[in-house]
Amino acid sequence: MSLGATGSPETNKSGLLAGSNLEKVLRAGHFAVTAELGPPQSADHAAIRNKARHLRDCSDAVNLTDNQTAIVRMSSIASGAILVQEGLEPVIQMVCRDRNRLAMQSDLMGAYALGIRNVLCLTGDHQSFGNHPTAKNVFDLDSIQLVRMVSGMRDQRVFQCGEAMKGPEPRFFVGAGASPFAAPVPFRPYRLAKKVRAGANFIQTQLVYDIEAFEIFMETVRKLGVHEQAYILVGVGPLKSPGMARYMKESVPGILVPDQLIERMNRAGAQWAGRKPEELSKEEKKTRSEAWKAEGIKICIELIQKVRAVEGVAGAHIMAIEWEEAVRPIVDGAGLLPRPNLS
Amino acid sequence: MIVAEQKTLDEIKTLLGDGRRVLVVGCGTCVTVCFAGGEREAGVLACSLRMACQLDGHAREITDVTVQRQCEWEFLDAAADQIKDADVVLSIGCGVGVQAIAERFPNTWVVPGLDTKFMGLPTEQGIWAERCAACGECLLGVTGGVCPIARCSKSLLNGPCGGSEGGHCEINPDVPCGWQLIYDRMEKLGKLEVLMDLQPPKNWQKSRDGGPRKIVREDLRLPHEE
Amino acid sequence: MSSQPVDQSFEPEITAFYCGYCGYMAADTAGALKVQYPANVKFIRLPCIGKTDIRYLLAAFEQGADAVYLVACPLGNCHHVRGNERGVARVNRAKKLLDEIGIGGSRVDMFFMSGSQANAFADAARTMTTRIRELGPSPLKVKAGRALGGTA
Repeated sequence: MSLGATGSPETNKSGLLAGSNLEKVLRAGHFAVTAELGPPQSADHAAIRNKARHLRDCSDAVNLTDNQTAIVRMSSIASGAILVQEGLEPVIQMVCRDRNRLAMQSDLMGAYALGIRNVLCLTGDHQSFGNHPTAKNVFDLDSIQLVRMVSGMRDQRVFQCGEAMKGPEPRFFVGAGASPFAAPVPFRPYRLAKKVRAGANFIQTQLVYDIEAFEIFMETVRKLGVHEQAYILVGVGPLKSPGMARYMKESVPGILVPDQLIERMNRAGAQWAGRKPEELSKEEKKTRSEAWKAEGIKICIELIQKVRAVEGVAGAHIMAIEWEEAVRPIVDGAGLLPRPNLS
Repeated sequence: MIVAEQKTLDEIKTLLGDGRRVLVVGCGTCVTVCFAGGEREAGVLACSLRMACQLDGHAREITDVTVQRQCEWEFLDAAADQIKDADVVLSIGCGVGVQAIAERFPNTWVVPGLDTKFMGLPTEQGIWAERCAACGECLLGVTGGVCPIARCSKSLLNGPCGGSEGGHCEINPDVPCGWQLIYDRMEKLGKLEVLMDLQPPKNWQKSRDGGPRKIVREDLRLPHEE
Repeated sequence: MSSQPVDQSFEPEITAFYCGYCGYMAADTAGALKVQYPANVKFIRLPCIGKTDIRYLLAAFEQGADAVYLVACPLGNCHHVRGNERGVARVNRAKKLLDEIGIGGSRVDMFFMSGSQANAFADAARTMTTRIRELGPSPLKVKAGRALGGTA
């Protein structure tokens, strides 16, 4: 038995589904900016508050990853609730690897009660990548079924089993991921269409470094009309070193890094080229790292400017992993400050 | 077929505990064709254990017998005398076989000599790969004959995920991406539009998650005497 | 696997399986040319070395052999096409098993020769006999208290 397209979701009096800041910014037609924050591998709430400082006022919402790469971290929802306390807007991420449909619905209602209004529905990296490879994996639902379920909770006020909710429903702005260059490449725009048909309101893509390849993807996306049914935010991220660029190109599925960008990163460190790590002093390594990082930020700014020009793109999702301080200079450099204040 | 692998000699020796009279019971069906627990393997294991135990200083009397199929009472009964005579039975049938012996001979201590792995097939001589997860509700009709439950590491019904690259799964380059296989089949057969249907959440109650399963076929049962 | 001090009175007991083609012919040629080799080896003929079952190899040790070896046609020249390759695979498996059991994988081996190679036939017997004199009796025998060789 398969499901057809969802009906038009109900909106509130202001014509909004969830009323989150991200939703308002997008619906008002601004180029949105979201950032990302990895919760700590501990119970330390201060770690979140400290990282949050760097992201305040330079992003419209901040994603909290959910046991990313299957490494146990503080929960996305709890971290999101801390962000709400700090006055920032969270986008919680929920993967299908660790929770069944009961836990998902339960956690989502709790998240909404704690002031969270955006959720990104993802499959999740396999647990064999992380620090608990012997765990049972759940995958009760996949990401598309999760999108459907969360939308159903909002629009029909029902649980996944069909039972009506006994009180106010969680009204989330529902997001899904997209990986434009993962295999099979020709199918990706169609799978994106499936997610939007299931109810996704916004999309955040995997990191894009190859604009040409991205434009080819977007051509089909536009042909399918998907860009008019959901807001597409393109994933961008500053490179820290040529090594990082090479690693992403060779070892992470779905990430294309043009050689020309790796070349630029290499050239930024040209002054120290040909010398072994043992030969460099701590000072020299620091200076070289800063040169690399500066080039990485420069490239990121250019990428944002380029994707902005692609028809159908509604925003950028900046993933500055363990480098939250890079977000403000990137957003500033791309001419996207100040962020719109729509409260 | 059910595919299994023999446990190490060390683990088996530990499982035998203090048992002096050991009967190795082989099985002539699935584990014969995956070369884990057939008549030959029973003979090899019995002989290996006799010698190893002697060298350990814990000599045991170890004999072997192989039945047609351990999972049926009538075949097990053929070896009843030998089974009852043993201190410990080392079954090198699949997990079903081990339990069948334990159930049929409640006073006999039975230990497994194999790790039962999966239901699969030999893709070529010497290599067996998983194909079926016994989910209880077969959906091979909408995936071109490739099972997303067994062959996708995440059992996605609306796959693939973003970890598929070069035709293999993110967990291991030796594991083909189940959804790439499904996509290729559907493309070849001109049925790609089927993949645009939203597959709803699976009813896991029909699988092991719903509890131990049983099938009763009334049409095959004889009426009981009153 | 133990290495006993070389006891001059220990006579290795070795079992060898040879195939009915090159193996048998090499034995025959050795006989015709009166090539000398140690008398410690008991020979068993198989139609092809591919007929070797691991059970034969293990049974030989259980029944008192200190070593076992196979004699086959050269690789690429098996009269049954690939029987000798199966022999190789089984000897390799037997080596691992014998290590796990505690007897020692170096007590099993395989030799390749064509029918006219009488000296290779004799060399195989000599090589194994020398190796076993150095390694000593099978640990099974030692355990059973039959440290000195000779027939039971």
